[in-house]
Amino acid sequence: MSTTTTTPTIAPDVVETEAPAKQWSGQNVPRKEDKRLVQGQGVFVDDVKRHGMGFVHFVRSPFAHAHITSIDVSKAEEIGGVYGTLTGEEVASLTDPFFQLSTPPGAHLEDYALALGKVRFVGEPVVAVVAETRELARDASELVEVEYEPLDPISDARRAQDGQAPILHEAAGSNVMWEGVYEWGDLDAAFAEADRIVKIKELHFHRFNSTPLECDGALVEYNRGTAQWTIHTNNQFPGFAAIMMGPAMRCGLDKLRFVTQDIGGGFGNKITSHPQLVVCCLLARKLRRPIQWTEWRTDFHLSMSHGNERWFHDTEVAVKADGTLLGFRTKALDDAGAWLRYEPLGGVIWAQVTPGMYRWRHIRLDFTQVATNKAPVSPNRGYSRMQHLWFTERVIDIVAHELDLDPVEVRKRNYIRADEMPYETPNGCVYDSGDYAKMLDVALDLIGWSGIDERRRDAEARGKLLGVGIGSTLDSGTNNFGQSRMINPELQFSGNNEVATVKLDIFGEIVVTLGTTPQGQGHETTAAQVVADILSCSVDDVHVRAGHDSYWNSHAGFSGTYASQFAVTGLGAVKGATDLLAGEIKKLGSVILGAPEEALELAEGTVRIKGTPEAALPFMACGAIINANNAGLPEDLGVTLNCRYVYRPQFEVPDVERKFGNLTLTYAAQVHAAVVEIDPETGAYDVVDYVAVDDCGKRINPQIVEGQVMGATAQALGAATHEQFVYDEDGNLLTPNFYDYHVPHALDMPPLQTGYIESASPFTPLGTKGMGEGGGAGIHAVCAAIQDALRSRGGAIVWDSCNPYHRVWEMLEHPERTRELVEVVER
Amino acid sequence: MEPTAATVSPARQITVTINGTTYEREVEARKLLIHFIRDDLDLTGSHIGCDTGNCGACSVIVDGTLLKSCMLLAVQADGASIETVEGIADDDELTKLQQSFSDRHALQCGYCTPGMLMSATALLRANPQPTEEEIRKALQGNICRCTGYWNIFEAVKDAADGAGA
Repeated sequence: MSTTTTTPTIAPDVVETEAPAKQWSGQNVPRKEDKRLVQGQGVFVDDVKRHGMGFVHFVRSPFAHAHITSIDVSKAEEIGGVYGTLTGEEVASLTDPFFQLSTPPGAHLEDYALALGKVRFVGEPVVAVVAETRELARDASELVEVEYEPLDPISDARRAQDGQAPILHEAAGSNVMWEGVYEWGDLDAAFAEADRIVKIKELHFHRFNSTPLECDGALVEYNRGTAQWTIHTNNQFPGFAAIMMGPAMRCGLDKLRFVTQDIGGGFGNKITSHPQLVVCCLLARKLRRPIQWTEWRTDFHLSMSHGNERWFHDTEVAVKADGTLLGFRTKALDDAGAWLRYEPLGGVIWAQVTPGMYRWRHIRLDFTQVATNKAPVSPNRGYSRMQHLWFTERVIDIVAHELDLDPVEVRKRNYIRADEMPYETPNGCVYDSGDYAKMLDVALDLIGWSGIDERRRDAEARGKLLGVGIGSTLDSGTNNFGQSRMINPELQFSGNNEVATVKLDIFGEIVVTLGTTPQGQGHETTAAQVVADILSCSVDDVHVRAGHDSYWNSHAGFSGTYASQFAVTGLGAVKGATDLLAGEIKKLGSVILGAPEEALELAEGTVRIKGTPEAALPFMACGAIINANNAGLPEDLGVTLNCRYVYRPQFEVPDVERKFGNLTLTYAAQVHAAVVEIDPETGAYDVVDYVAVDDCGKRINPQIVEGQVMGATAQALGAATHEQFVYDEDGNLLTPNFYDYHVPHALDMPPLQTGYIESASPFTPLGTKGMGEGGGAGIHAVCAAIQDALRSRGGAIVWDSCNPYHRVWEMLEHPERTRELVEVVER
Repeated sequence: MEPTAATVSPARQITVTINGTTYEREVEARKLLIHFIRDDLDLTGSHIGCDTGNCGACSVIVDGTLLKSCMLLAVQADGASIETVEGIADDDELTKLQQSFSDRHALQCGYCTPGMLMSATALLRANPQPTEEEIRKALQGNICRCTGYWNIFEAVKDAADGAGA
């Protein structure tokens, strides 16, 4: 079990106990990032230019599944202004397949940066063409001749295990990539004790992603003298990209320099661009020129980072007559798409939130991940936990619906209680803090729960069906990579880490470097708030370098911005480094001012003797003495004023056999409530009221936290109502752009109220929790609200996570089709 | 020999004034205005978020009219006077609208922000006291994936308050 982490510093007690009251943390400090961004002076990846650069365009597969019988690039290469091409065969001769996380069969996949011999989804990159302009590269791509021999595709995961189903990866011999049984507690006893068993035949969590407005990209330079690549990119997890790319490219990680500044949204979707980055690296070396790649929107939709689509089959829930939930069993079928780019590791991290927010102790989930002829799945905001928590919330609301119980009462009866925190889940995860029932009360109050019947009647009078739904969810943050060993005991990953450096320079500049790759989360601002509090200076005096550069030496293996953790790992590193610097400043002050360190304090940008403020050494003098005027200082002073700290949460390696252990350090929570009004004639509906209540522990910058809550909510509303990557039977993506893939626009946004409580985490340096991914609650809430609204019209069960109007209409017209999915067995 | 870029898409000489500076450039006839602005003139504040004219990240004001610069060819802008995000404020100052975007946390990643600012600027010029509904309609052509728009509506309202915007 984790414990509160203490940061070793030279003089921590003085800083911790006698610094003035916190000035900056907890305040809505204006974002340092904003000025450049509102002036159009941000530097996003497509803004980076180099003399003589060549633009890449990818020739992509028009087939979902086909053998490649021939590739001829000669006509493209003859064009004036075309610099060259790269094919799968060249890639296979120059690189090794990407390392696979899975045990067999998935371990046998041979995944290269370009298709080799076969294509497995529409949009898969087959050939790369480089030319002097974007337009010419695109035109020349049309002249690349690729011949295919089409094969039968699989676009429905439920077909993947049929005996007649085509096999995507012959080397694996099966479309099952990975499977495992997760079982905790005593299922037989729980079902024997149950008064009722609720059975749900099938539930479906749909395929979508967060579609950051900026697509992927890179500007890659190769230095022939040092054999080093500099990769300007918007990849949001360079640590992961590096460990994928280095072994494949047969080079050490020192040869891969990653640089980012501003990133136009990520949401996890920019983690698995490593195949395209490898292509750019190979081309930069081959063609002896910088290589520029900016992904087209259509290409992003076709090929990048779809969220995991998941089916839940044969669910059974053990329930007592009073609504107490004892446990459940289900079979999860996860559709990974054509390649395992972060899988099955991502697919199984639902186990971080195994029981959801509920006290049931007896759980079995048979997890099977299969390959299909669709784009590969990759991290997407809420990654895998969202799917699972949608499932648990659907279970709650379907159980309440079928047993005629109040969904609010069922939640309150079964929520983990505040006095049970920290709470160990059946699989050994430790929920650090929280008060879910209180959050629900806040949400119900804001949504006007007590007056909902009146609103229902009012809606009926207007010919509308009104429904209200709750969505409660967890945002597990700061993951323990040790969970990778539960899918593959051979993997040598565990724990987590993040790095920051803080230094005091010659003229007193306080300079902070981060290992993270923010995409709008305001890291420059919140880091400055933490530093300013510890050093007792102004946030304006703290300069946080924008972006990430692996030359800064402020990164470690897990550096990046993903999986809800900056407020813990990033700021933990910032705090650690700043505490070290504060200690060094005092140590130097002690020598210069001739007073013991205990007698010193940091205040107003100086180190000074307590009670004698005129005996003060400004930070500028400290920086100057150490960096430029250090003759005569004690030999053993040990002060550099340049402090690096690696924050490392305390984790154990999980018990692989039992699949048991603490998988994440913090558990932020969200309770959302939605009110919908449905037109019974058409199935069209509006979300007419919405509430989002959040608890992420201590909030360093409440405005930034609320902004994340709002953004996650908007994405959930989009996903719940319209956004989906739809494939036809031939494996064609029917929603490859923003015409067909409808994200929320300004006129779509319902009225929103936000609320919060703060349950400080006992396990983190600042009492914070990672947050930002809790939007899944919105999908749960909208599904619940629709089901509630349909209650009087045949009682359809909402079985899919995406409910566009036509699906609601179908539920109105044919409630019996979803009624067939549920059954209650009385005991 | 296959047709080349030069034969497929002849270059034309155009003259465009952007943010008060006049540029004379030779451009390929097929080059989009947004690529001309970003790639040829290195005014990278205007962004590209889609291939289809949906997202509005490239919004600029052409001869007083708000337009998506991915939906025009550069040659169509010959003789035009264009405003981009880099030109809406004087020197290093922020306009009231830019400041209210920061104050209201109306941006996160900042990628859609230049287009949002141009749409809102055009709105406030035409309608200095818009209702919320008018604000929403004016921003309907701009996609933001980070904020959910709510804070953007508030920022535009703030900038509109007291006129002068």
